[in-house]
Amino acid sequence: MIGRHRHLIGLEGLSREEILQVLDLAVSMKEVLSRPVKKVPSLRGKNVVNLFFETSTRTRSSFEIAAKVLSADSLNWTAAQSSTTKGETLLDTARNLEAMRPDVLVVRHSASGAPNFLARHVGCSVVSAGDGAHEHPSQGLLDCFTIRERFGSLEGRTVAIVGDISHSRVARSDLHSLPKLGAKVRLCGPPTMIPLGIERLGATVHHDLRTAVEGADAVVMLRIQHERIGDPLIPNTREYSKYWGLNAKKAAEWLKPEAVILHPGPINRGVELSSDVADGPRSVILDQVQNGVAVRMAILYLLAGGAGEDRAEKVSA
Amino acid sequence: MNAEAVQRAVQRIAHEVLERARAQGSLERLAFVGIRRGGVPLAERIRAEIARATGSEPPLGTLDIALYRDDLAERGAAPVVGPTDVRFPLEGRTIVLADDVLYTGRTIRAALDELVDFGRPRRVWLAVLVDRGGRELPISADFAGARLEVPEGADVQVRWRENGDAEDSVVVREGRKP
Repeated sequence: MIGRHRHLIGLEGLSREEILQVLDLAVSMKEVLSRPVKKVPSLRGKNVVNLFFETSTRTRSSFEIAAKVLSADSLNWTAAQSSTTKGETLLDTARNLEAMRPDVLVVRHSASGAPNFLARHVGCSVVSAGDGAHEHPSQGLLDCFTIRERFGSLEGRTVAIVGDISHSRVARSDLHSLPKLGAKVRLCGPPTMIPLGIERLGATVHHDLRTAVEGADAVVMLRIQHERIGDPLIPNTREYSKYWGLNAKKAAEWLKPEAVILHPGPINRGVELSSDVADGPRSVILDQVQNGVAVRMAILYLLAGGAGEDRAEKVSA
Repeated sequence: MNAEAVQRAVQRIAHEVLERARAQGSLERLAFVGIRRGGVPLAERIRAEIARATGSEPPLGTLDIALYRDDLAERGAAPVVGPTDVRFPLEGRTIVLADDVLYTGRTIRAALDELVDFGRPRRVWLAVLVDRGGRELPISADFAGARLEVPEGADVQVRWRENGDAEDSVVVREGRKP
């Protein structure tokens, strides 16, 4: 249980305390990753099924390693090799997987709401690993963890999120978590990529990169999805890179000396980030990857670790 | 036990640890590991006594055994996991594992499992402030500040100043009659 929640579908419904519960636990989990034997027995005998209807290397591997470090068994079910290609519905796939008695189902789907739909129909805990343009909660939590680790706290910090805000589930999860921890969020990107009314989620909107990143403590650079390039939203990558991409020169002139740069990966080098920034001293992109494992360990531990309310009652009875 | 009795018990344990380590020639390879949270002040204090007697301070680590518990599936919520911090190699060391109360032995079982994941110590001794009996596993203390016969269901509470209590003490609270 993460606070009152048996599932992790998004960060929108999580309170500040519930987010901090995961982040604090992730600190202890990160220590496990630095040990000579990177394995603890806490989730022995538990099953984690990774159900991925969209390609993913980083997130799926991260959940898989997190499960393994906690001694849970994990199984990967990817759409390309599954019966989905033979016409099976999402619910039928999930029911069949559920018959194998998993404790946690980690789901990625191109349709917003798919994990929520599954959570209402299966008996185990469901964790969203990203759904459509809705949320990517574990990424939001690892962004919070990474910035908090660097500055000690998010209270009073300013975070700029730059890129295709409209289609970014990372941006949405960041927006539903950073402000709860006391950070101010600035959104920046081409006007065609910022949803109208997004200010109501507690962020300010900028169309000029310089005003967005000046004075910020952390800058989250989002990936420009190749499939959107050439459509009316962005004419071409050179124009995008010129106005909204970050290179070493802009970073040196505009950013605070201690500001850090995050990116959820995979990076389009030369588009949203130049290589000298991505590999430079401000980049915490590889810290994010390591922190991602720790945060996902915390999520799996909290959701699969206890017996859950129903079973706890049975045991004490 | 009041603060003075706790102090005497710690000194006696330290003295016994020192004697045994000297007799075995393992004094230079001694190290302390406290089990969070009650065992950490005990480990710190025994170490301080040893440092005073020998002039050199052995390394100290802390273990949080939450991830090694054997009752996860029986608990409603997953227990809180605190920090573990063992920064020295265990190889060849004589480890003094410290906890406040020895009861069923399950915490020690978990701590031993966790400890060996950090390396292979030469030997491990167990030091506890209170041995209250009631073992469920074949585990015994090498050093005990006090051995009490406490009925099942009663609660032995060790309070340490380091953990925010007003003064050191050991209190036995009667439990419900079975």
